[in-house]
Amino acid sequence: MSRGRRRPPVAALAAAAVAVAFFALPLVGLLQRADWRALPDDLTRPAALDAMRLSLVASLAATAATVVFGTPLAWVLARVPIPGRGLVRGLVLLPMVLPPVVGGVALLSAFSLGSPLGGWLHDTFGLQLTYRPAGVVVAETFVAMPFYVITVEAGLRSLDPRFEEVAAGLGAGPVTTFRRVTLPMIAPSVAAGAVLAWARALGEFGATITFAGNIVGRTQTLPLAVYQRLESDRDAAVALSLLLLGVSFAVLAGLRDRWLVRR
Amino acid sequence: MSLDARIRASRGRFTLDVEIACDAGSVLAVLGPNGAGKTTLLRCLGGNLAIDAGHVRLDGEVLDDPATGTFVAPEHRRVGTVPQDHLLFPHLSALENVAFGPRARGVARRDARERARARLAAVGLEDRAGDRPARLSGGQSQRVALARALATDPALLLLDEPLAALDATTRATTRRDLRRHLGDFPGPTVLVTHDPIDALVLADVIAVVEDGLVTQSGPAAEVARRPRTPYVADLVGTNLLRGEAHGTEVAVGAATVRLAETADGPVHLTIAPSAVTLHPDPPQGSARNRWPATVVDVEMVGERARVELTGELPLTAEVTPAAVADLGLAPGLAVWASVKATEVAAYP
Repeated sequence: MSRGRRRPPVAALAAAAVAVAFFALPLVGLLQRADWRALPDDLTRPAALDAMRLSLVASLAATAATVVFGTPLAWVLARVPIPGRGLVRGLVLLPMVLPPVVGGVALLSAFSLGSPLGGWLHDTFGLQLTYRPAGVVVAETFVAMPFYVITVEAGLRSLDPRFEEVAAGLGAGPVTTFRRVTLPMIAPSVAAGAVLAWARALGEFGATITFAGNIVGRTQTLPLAVYQRLESDRDAAVALSLLLLGVSFAVLAGLRDRWLVRR
Repeated sequence: MSLDARIRASRGRFTLDVEIACDAGSVLAVLGPNGAGKTTLLRCLGGNLAIDAGHVRLDGEVLDDPATGTFVAPEHRRVGTVPQDHLLFPHLSALENVAFGPRARGVARRDARERARARLAAVGLEDRAGDRPARLSGGQSQRVALARALATDPALLLLDEPLAALDATTRATTRRDLRRHLGDFPGPTVLVTHDPIDALVLADVIAVVEDGLVTQSGPAAEVARRPRTPYVADLVGTNLLRGEAHGTEVAVGAATVRLAETADGPVHLTIAPSAVTLHPDPPQGSARNRWPATVVDVEMVGERARVELTGELPLTAEVTPAAVADLGLAPGLAVWASVKATEVAAYP
């Protein structure tokens, strides 16, 4: 510590140390509890592989849906002065603070076969969402999209709109302007938002189990598999948890420029 | 090819209400202080802002006219803009920046690049074609922005404070280059600036805009020689007075200013600060104007001292540092200011 700089209060340092320990200890416990030799076997059992496959496919599908619908939504929120914009933004961001299980119940009320919309989808298109892999994608999209929208909207707001005016002045229509100017300039926000949404979708539990159920080989994602194994096969549960932990670390590493390095 | 616009546009409590015209091959400088509405004017010409009333016509084509519901979108106007701070697309190379316009207007990629390369060469930057804007100096980025605006073969060229982002040394050379490029451009050019040097060097015609209105316009030299508003007088560094002339005498408030020639009716008077001399006692001589005055402020500008005076006439005098010492000039000191009648310019 350089001379003359004020020494931080001991109480603050102690409280900070407790907080760090609070985050570190469960992690240490998980790593210590793991049966490393059995790990390859635990991770390659059919039920585990099914859960991994579903989790990967569903979370990527949810991320794709998020990007396809979330990007225009973020653009509208950032650029178009629609009436009641604050209200719309609140609605979109609600799933971030809503208990996921409540989101699941809400999705059930809207899309179950007994509901008007769910019944119509089934009768018209033969489409059923509840207790189907498609339902997993819907539940994950519901909780993940807000993270993407809020990140991309922030990126758009920090982009000087005069760049878009310059593009228009050079003869670019709205679509060309968005594709060749706006999107490349907010690419870091789009990437970060997509990774964030994907991580959130991958870890989704409450809305998924409520809306799509926990059917092995059909709607059982990795977090649901962890939850179910915890009672019957703790080693398998820990093994799957380690896998998710590894993915989380990879996400953090990928986004480190954005979050970990604060100057 | 010519531009003719009568623009009324409101933004919040601010209203721009101006009429401008510019012939092909001619440069119009819109000169005014910050917040006068200069950038709003350019946004109206470029189509980024729709006007509330009036019209914008370019080569006889109506681009904007609320009365008939006509509005041509910016991407369909043949208008090239060099924006303030240049605003080169940071993710594209200099070449791709210049090729952007032709590409957006449907020119094939190869042809657009060829055209962009020629434009970069014209501004002397062909060797920087592959560089991102972040690697270009301020002057270079200004030239790329100009090349980008010209690459679409616009019928009208707009420049928003083109030299404001540059340091003093780059400014002079860039201004000289810009003058040459503007001379080559066949269409009308509208240049917005708050710097009188830019306006005088680059423009044929100046329109002074203050608080949303044109307060003076005319040939550049005419505006500089005969300022009509305190703002313009301040920019060209001269004293401006208004009065009522009767023969060789002009009543300015309670004071009288003598002229060498006769005039009649309301007139503007200008007196160069260097023509104002200061004395401790009333100076003698019939051809002289003399007024008692009080020193408000003394400020060194280069090798000369500018002395701000109050009294019967608000005047600024420019004297040598030696005179400041000899007369003991300091705020509050009572002096006599005198000006030869031949040094007072009067015009209606």
